[in-house]
Amino acid sequence: MESSQITRRKVEAGLPRRRRREFLFQLAGMLATTVGIVFLGVFFADLFVKSSTAFVQTFVKLDVEFTENVIAPGGEWDLTYADFDGLVRSALRSEFPGVSGRSERRELNRLVSVGAGYQMRDMIEADPKLLGARESLWVPASSIVDMYIKGNIDASLEESLRPLSDKQLSWIQKLQDSGRLETRFNSALFSNGDSREPELAGIKGALMGSFYMLIVTVLLAFPIGVAAAIYLEEFAPRNRWSDLIEVNINNLAAVPSIVFGLLGLAVFINWMAIPRSAPLVGGLVLSLLTLPVIIIASRAAIKAVPPSIREAALGLGASKMQVVFHHVMPLALPGMLTGTIIGMSRALGESAPLLMIGMVAFIVDVPGGFSDPATALPVQIYLWADSPERAFAERTSAAIVVLLGFLLLMNLTAVIIRKRMEKKW
Amino acid sequence: MTMAEMTEANGSEEQLPGNAGLGVTKMPGPKQTANGGSAVAVAGQHIELGQTIGDFRCENPYIVAENVNVHYGDNHAIKNVTLEISKQEVIALIGPSGCGKSTFLRCLNRMNDTIESARITGKITLGGQDIYGKDLDPVALRARVGMVFQKPNPFPKSIYDNVAYGPRIHGLATDRAELDDIVHTSLERAGLLKEVKDRLEEPGTGLSGGQQQRLCIARTIAVNPEVILMDEPCSALDPIATARIEDLMDELSQDYAIVIVTHSMQQAARVSKRVAYFHLGLLVEVDETDRIFTNPQHKLTEDYITGRIG
Amino acid sequence: MQSTTLILILAAMSVVAFYAGRRRSVALVGGPRQGSVLHSLPGYYGYFTAIWLLLPALGVLLLWLFLEPTVIVALVVRGLPETYQSLSAGELNLFVNNVQNLAAGDAISGESDAVLSDAAARFLAYTATSRRLLATLALGLGGLGGTIAWRRIRPDLRARNRVEQIILLGLIAASSIAIFTTIGIVLSVLFEAIRFFQKVPVTEFLFGLNWSPQTAIRADQVGSSGSFGAVPLFTGTLLITGIAMFVAVPVGLMTAIFLAEYSSQRIRDVAKPLLEVLAGIPTVVYGFFAALTVAPWVRRAGESFGFDVASESALAAGLVMGIMIIPLVSSLADDAINAVPVAMRDGALGLGSTRSETMTRVILPAALPGIVGGILLAVSRAIGETMIVVMAAGLAANLTANPFAAVTTVTVQIVTLLVGDQEFDSAKTLAAFALGLMLFVVTLCLNVVGLHVVRKYREQYD
Repeated sequence: MESSQITRRKVEAGLPRRRRREFLFQLAGMLATTVGIVFLGVFFADLFVKSSTAFVQTFVKLDVEFTENVIAPGGEWDLTYADFDGLVRSALRSEFPGVSGRSERRELNRLVSVGAGYQMRDMIEADPKLLGARESLWVPASSIVDMYIKGNIDASLEESLRPLSDKQLSWIQKLQDSGRLETRFNSALFSNGDSREPELAGIKGALMGSFYMLIVTVLLAFPIGVAAAIYLEEFAPRNRWSDLIEVNINNLAAVPSIVFGLLGLAVFINWMAIPRSAPLVGGLVLSLLTLPVIIIASRAAIKAVPPSIREAALGLGASKMQVVFHHVMPLALPGMLTGTIIGMSRALGESAPLLMIGMVAFIVDVPGGFSDPATALPVQIYLWADSPERAFAERTSAAIVVLLGFLLLMNLTAVIIRKRMEKKW
Repeated sequence: MTMAEMTEANGSEEQLPGNAGLGVTKMPGPKQTANGGSAVAVAGQHIELGQTIGDFRCENPYIVAENVNVHYGDNHAIKNVTLEISKQEVIALIGPSGCGKSTFLRCLNRMNDTIESARITGKITLGGQDIYGKDLDPVALRARVGMVFQKPNPFPKSIYDNVAYGPRIHGLATDRAELDDIVHTSLERAGLLKEVKDRLEEPGTGLSGGQQQRLCIARTIAVNPEVILMDEPCSALDPIATARIEDLMDELSQDYAIVIVTHSMQQAARVSKRVAYFHLGLLVEVDETDRIFTNPQHKLTEDYITGRIG
Repeated sequence: MQSTTLILILAAMSVVAFYAGRRRSVALVGGPRQGSVLHSLPGYYGYFTAIWLLLPALGVLLLWLFLEPTVIVALVVRGLPETYQSLSAGELNLFVNNVQNLAAGDAISGESDAVLSDAAARFLAYTATSRRLLATLALGLGGLGGTIAWRRIRPDLRARNRVEQIILLGLIAASSIAIFTTIGIVLSVLFEAIRFFQKVPVTEFLFGLNWSPQTAIRADQVGSSGSFGAVPLFTGTLLITGIAMFVAVPVGLMTAIFLAEYSSQRIRDVAKPLLEVLAGIPTVVYGFFAALTVAPWVRRAGESFGFDVASESALAAGLVMGIMIIPLVSSLADDAINAVPVAMRDGALGLGSTRSETMTRVILPAALPGIVGGILLAVSRAIGETMIVVMAAGLAANLTANPFAAVTTVTVQIVTLLVGDQEFDSAKTLAAFALGLMLFVVTLCLNVVGLHVVRKYREQYD
């Protein structure tokens, strides 16, 4: 009795200190959990703010003339070398008749994107009857005008410190006043390939490159991954060889992705002579990269099929192979698909190995097949992030939003498939 | 036990005048009655429930549980249990699986706090102090009410560190010599010192099952508690190890109140002074051990003791 | 004939073979009602025939496509005039490239001359012949295989077993790809690394303190001998990895502890998916955020405290990388903590431990092997991480431990050395493979040990 009283007092004496420690520990845990979540919040806020302006683009209305002796001098059509830029320039000059002198004119010309000329060429190519006509056209403004309109250029700075001169500002003001300046949805972002001019650069090329690569990846990695998982779960004898395969798969899942790029460079490009920069090589490398993910997920899905189903089918005289393909596979398929989609989303976000196999090239054309030079969406993000122009920064953010949107879609699909299969047996 | 059997049991219960019957846990609409019991309509019959028969009160009570109810989510695990336990006794809680005896035991040192969905109402006092009171820290409570678990659970540390764990966290020893002393005494009292004297630095997990359980007892008494709760302490042990633990309980009962949950009626008969019989969350009958095993008052107690319900 | 057309024809032929095989098996026993006389179901005879049609044809097709470019180039080169035969390997390579481009109708470098156009014409002719040969061979072999298989169909032919054997072989081949990938990685980095070490001694590479991989293009250029001491890269990698771990380990661990021990189910249900989102963000996006948002912040914050911060500081890259790794650490720590039996926790709480004491004195020590294994995997992940450092860390190989300075890493250098035009034999290009070898070996060791520890630890409590 005595001693237990002493014990009680000792315990009570230590309590305040221990409670304080408990509180601090819990606080630390709470803060740690918040760190990740706060980062996520800041990250998305930053991203949305940065990308929000990229989805619109400033356009200028010009009255252009499809002058006959520029486009078809002497009746000879010459769309490749015709000076459409000159037509745009003269349209600008007629808009601002007071502008004279070479340097002043050059400043004026900088207000409109070089894309205006291409636009005219495309128009007359589609409709030759335009020859000789005068048209009112909305053409993209150059990126400095666009940036100014979006509020990214501070007009109160000293003239030499900003990319727009006082004169250019006054012209922009005049265009605005006459209703010849407008911001519209930036469709070029989704319909163009890459470009050196921010206002013309789009992600379509990168998207198609990623698309072709994922096709190759899924065609290779899904069947091979599922086959490997079936063998390892259902047929493999427990021996050295299967242990080795097992260790290998787990390791490959943790090998840095850039090493797969080195493999792709040495084996697929230098040894097998598959063309560089082609979605085919990218797809091959990415399928090796995602194979472990698919195998591990598929094995888990096969493991989850209760043995009773196998035993029942075997008991009816089915061969092992029939049991696997008729009974186990259909039940494990949702899990395998989930794993594959997760693997594909990893492949879609991967960029390091693609740098090794030449998919960082500056490619303007939208790829049309598996062996055309292409780049991928994450690599496009990397390329744009490296560009010094302010206008590319917002486009990078927009490309990231698109990429994350695709990833979200894929993961949601995976979650839905997983939810569906949950209540099976 | 199935629904049909339950209804049957209730049906036969009805014949005994003045006794409490039993309801099914998930019957809708139990309502409190004046005497603390509840009435449940089973197949159109009204039966009084929840009255414990026998001496659920005792002289000099140290632990007093009054109208304790425990809910796990929607599951009403303990229903209106009232029980007094004195300082110098070994009381055994018996009953079929899922009857709530372990849950009740875990109420006594607030181990149920660690389960998120658990909700406890009623009042439990220890030496007059409400253990669910606002000013009471469960940490301090658990230092006074030690617990030994079903499966021996020594920490993955040395034997010495296992026993020294409690004194260390509670700051019971001021220096190493004092700590050594506590460890040695505790191991001695748990009857383990002779076997492990030379290997105090070896991991506690390397001992045999019975030794591990005695190590856990030593670990518990190293904190010098007032009450020791034992949750089926021998269910994972062989008969010889069980016999040693039972001897140990006998010795320990000199200094500590011991509440033991057991599945084995023989064990209850051997070690305890009183026995409390739980059935589906209700405390059915409490009495002196001899009386319960020779002359149970309640039909359910008799059925359990004679092996008709298990 | 295009190889895709060829494959389509083969596919159509195999469908025909399937039906032919099935019909023959049924016909042999006198109609579908007598099917039970057959050893296997009729469909298996169909598969049997189709497989024997497809396999030889596809085999020859793949082999052909693999060898064709080398053979054709060799033939074209042999037909060149003497003067071209004696060109150096590099010049010859350029010439062959031009031939191929001219043949494909693409732009070529330099002027086209008679030799070139002649070679291109021969290139085209060889290619056409090769394709014709291939088509004949593949279709012929396929037809032969299919016919032989078809003729071998007897009621007692164990078609199902044959087909299943081939499928099993296919499954084994699929599962072996993992091993071939590893072998491929090892061989591809090892061979090039060995060639690198023939130019630069191993000791200089491993212990040299100066990294400037610019080699002279012409012998008379000044100051461009190139030096390949990789120590600054290793220290740079370690510095950034260290910063990342400094963030990820405590935060990840405390997050796991909080979610496992303290938070309510509702918070868990929200926090865990959010952390998974963090894990699912592509690294290039982290890199963008590190370079354009975090690096300027770090710089401004550092300057306001009077530090001189490089615009591509190790700190910014390390911080963002740490955040990226938090989910990995927390999920592995969560696994390790949850693997500790509840009995341990109950035992500690039953003795009167507070929850933090239970965690730090009982559960964490018990979970330590699992956590250490997880941290090893996280370190391996940080060392191999590429995009964040490529975008946010510098190129300057500084030998420093100052987190505000710009450092470069192994992965950054691999990317820098290999992106853009390369000559395949220069020490500069080969150095990337030597670095790749280092990277692979180090991460392999970390992974093997980490995975082994994690698995052994899980088994301990199973």
